[in-house]
Amino acid sequence: MGETVTAPDWGETVLTVSNMHCGGCVRGIERALGETAGVAEARANLTTKRVRVRFDPARIDVQGLVKALASTGFQAARFDGGLDAADSEQRLLLRSLSVAGFAAANIMLLMVGVWAGLAGDMESVTRDLFHWIAAAIALPTVAYSGRPFFRSAWSALRVRRLNMDVPISLAVLLATGMSLWQTWTGAEEAYFDAAVMLLFFLLIGRFLDARVRGKAREAAGNLLALSATEATVIDQETGAHHRIPAGEVAVGDRVLVASGEKIPVDGRILEGSTQLDTALVTGETMPAAAKAGDTVYAGCVNLGGAVTIDAISMADDSLLAEIARLMENAQQGRARFVRLADRAAKIYAPLVHTLGAATFAGWMIYGAGVEQSLMTAIAVLIITCPCALGLAVPAVQVVAAGRLMRRGVLVKTGAALERFAEIDRVVFDKTGTLTFGQPSLLAPESIADDDLRLAASLAAVSRHPLSQAVVRAAEERFGTIGAAPDALETAGAGIQAGNVKIGSAAWCGVTDAPQQDQTALWLARPDATPVAFHFHDRLRPDAKAAIDTLRGWGMRTAILSGDEQGPVAAVADELGVDEAHARLSPKDKIAYLENCKANGVRVLMVGDGLNDAPALAAANASLSPATAADISQTAADMVFQGASLSAVPEAIAVAQAARRRVFENFGLAVLYNSVSIPFAVMGYVTPLLAAAVMSTSSILVTMNALRLRGRSAP
Amino acid sequence: MNVLIILIPIALLLGGLGLAAFLWSLNSGQYEDLDGAAERILYDDPHDKRPHL
Repeated sequence: MGETVTAPDWGETVLTVSNMHCGGCVRGIERALGETAGVAEARANLTTKRVRVRFDPARIDVQGLVKALASTGFQAARFDGGLDAADSEQRLLLRSLSVAGFAAANIMLLMVGVWAGLAGDMESVTRDLFHWIAAAIALPTVAYSGRPFFRSAWSALRVRRLNMDVPISLAVLLATGMSLWQTWTGAEEAYFDAAVMLLFFLLIGRFLDARVRGKAREAAGNLLALSATEATVIDQETGAHHRIPAGEVAVGDRVLVASGEKIPVDGRILEGSTQLDTALVTGETMPAAAKAGDTVYAGCVNLGGAVTIDAISMADDSLLAEIARLMENAQQGRARFVRLADRAAKIYAPLVHTLGAATFAGWMIYGAGVEQSLMTAIAVLIITCPCALGLAVPAVQVVAAGRLMRRGVLVKTGAALERFAEIDRVVFDKTGTLTFGQPSLLAPESIADDDLRLAASLAAVSRHPLSQAVVRAAEERFGTIGAAPDALETAGAGIQAGNVKIGSAAWCGVTDAPQQDQTALWLARPDATPVAFHFHDRLRPDAKAAIDTLRGWGMRTAILSGDEQGPVAAVADELGVDEAHARLSPKDKIAYLENCKANGVRVLMVGDGLNDAPALAAANASLSPATAADISQTAADMVFQGASLSAVPEAIAVAQAARRRVFENFGLAVLYNSVSIPFAVMGYVTPLLAAAVMSTSSILVTMNALRLRGRSAP
Repeated sequence: MNVLIILIPIALLLGGLGLAAFLWSLNSGQYEDLDGAAERILYDDPHDKRPHL
């Protein structure tokens, strides 16, 4: 009593660490955090590449944790989101699956005894006892593990639609009900094992499907967390600066953007004028000037002096509001896509129900009693119930998504694979997608060593993309370049050191420069002719090969760019794409896609900018690089990591292979059914036959899906 | 056949124990990091006071 032990109020956070690759990393991360003052506990998860940290908020904050990891070489970022709905869905499915598995095994144990007894000398009392025990296991199992199907079937029926879950639920419920009746009346056969095994196999398919989505969402969440920026917010009363995550900036906050920083939020410039690299927003490679009163967008890079911006909301600006509105419309259009399994169900479900009804009617006309007719009809439902059909799609998609994930392509949903398999035209954004979105020196070999060295020593003081390009070229040739000590930059014009200047033609006093070439830099010295440096936006490696592959498959290719005519035409010529459209607004891109849709052309959109986001959402299928704007990554069906564009043909090829496997699997399932249905209709289906057909067809379908795994990546 | 009275409950009990064990391990998060678990077994025991060779 009287003692006050101030137990710290522990804070908990989750960090995502991009370069956690092995057990050694796990240990390094836990040790680095464990030795940091204020950290109580750190537990790294190698599968999700995340660390859960418990710490004392009074002694260390999240930034401190990130810094502690950075000092040992781990690149970390705060991950917010925690346990989401997808995760709990996976757990529910796994729990249902394990219960169904337990029940299926135990009922099968009893039923094998009954089947053996039917041929031998089992007494009817023993058989009935076995049936009753099976019923005692099956009823709770069906009630527990059947929920995912019953729920989905009920929500489909409520809006007067049929999906695959309707015949599944019907078969499971009828089989259980009928078996209970059989057991009650002491009949020879009961189908408890069929009902539970059906659930078991179908739940495997359901779980795999949820896992594809879960894994991709995990990886996509990590990517977004790592690319998230911080903002320096100015307290409007005290004038103090705070660093907070960009996501926490409120509308109306004053944000300071230093030179070279990424603009963290959409806003309007209050003070200062600068130049912005807008490649991620408008698709233009060349920097744009911005002054007080101009709207700036998250993702632009501030190349000039520091500016203060006023955070605005999406609705406050015409471009952002337009993009938000276009996205909303586009997503509604996308929702009309019908998945393969549902398309199959549309044909299959009515067929199954008609067949069941016809069997009942047939036996009634033949003169069998109501009871026998009903039994046979239910047996038809059980045997036709698409056990293999339920596995046919997810088994293939989980293998295909795994194969693409190993190549650095994240598949967000199984439906994305289906959409990718259908496309016949590929449309690219230019800046940042076909190209790197940053200028590089054109023909550096034509520039003399001395000129390049001198130019780079001046350019080294500037963050302007053209200056950076000169420095990169010089570093490739000479190694490190030291900055000229007296070099001074004049924003928007050039750099001067003594009487040497590098900059625009006007600033360097070059009068005979070609008028239209604004993207050149000139190096001027007192007694030498000025030297011109020309630039171009370098293509991604494999861009040409990727386009050639696509054209080889008979697909049309096109460029839709927000950039000027000149650079777009140059890239189009170099790559040999079929059409190129320049100076397009987000709305124009949508109009192009709508036009394609009207002509029955299915388009894959590959893009990265904010201006591509609505088009990514509107296209039949979409892909974006991991360097894309957040909103674009969220809109895209798949996201690819790494510099190579070969991900595009790879994703299409795998999607098409997956589609072929799915159809093969449908074929296998139909084949099995066409063999077993005649037996069922004639009333010869025994529980033994049902069990055999169900398991062999399911295993066959899964094995066929595994063929897609392919050889390990080269 | 009287032996069934004993054998069937035993079979169900053992199966049920397996199921309960699985559900417990699932709920206590033992399947959250399968890759990490495979690596952690190689670490030295932090409570092991013997000198490392």
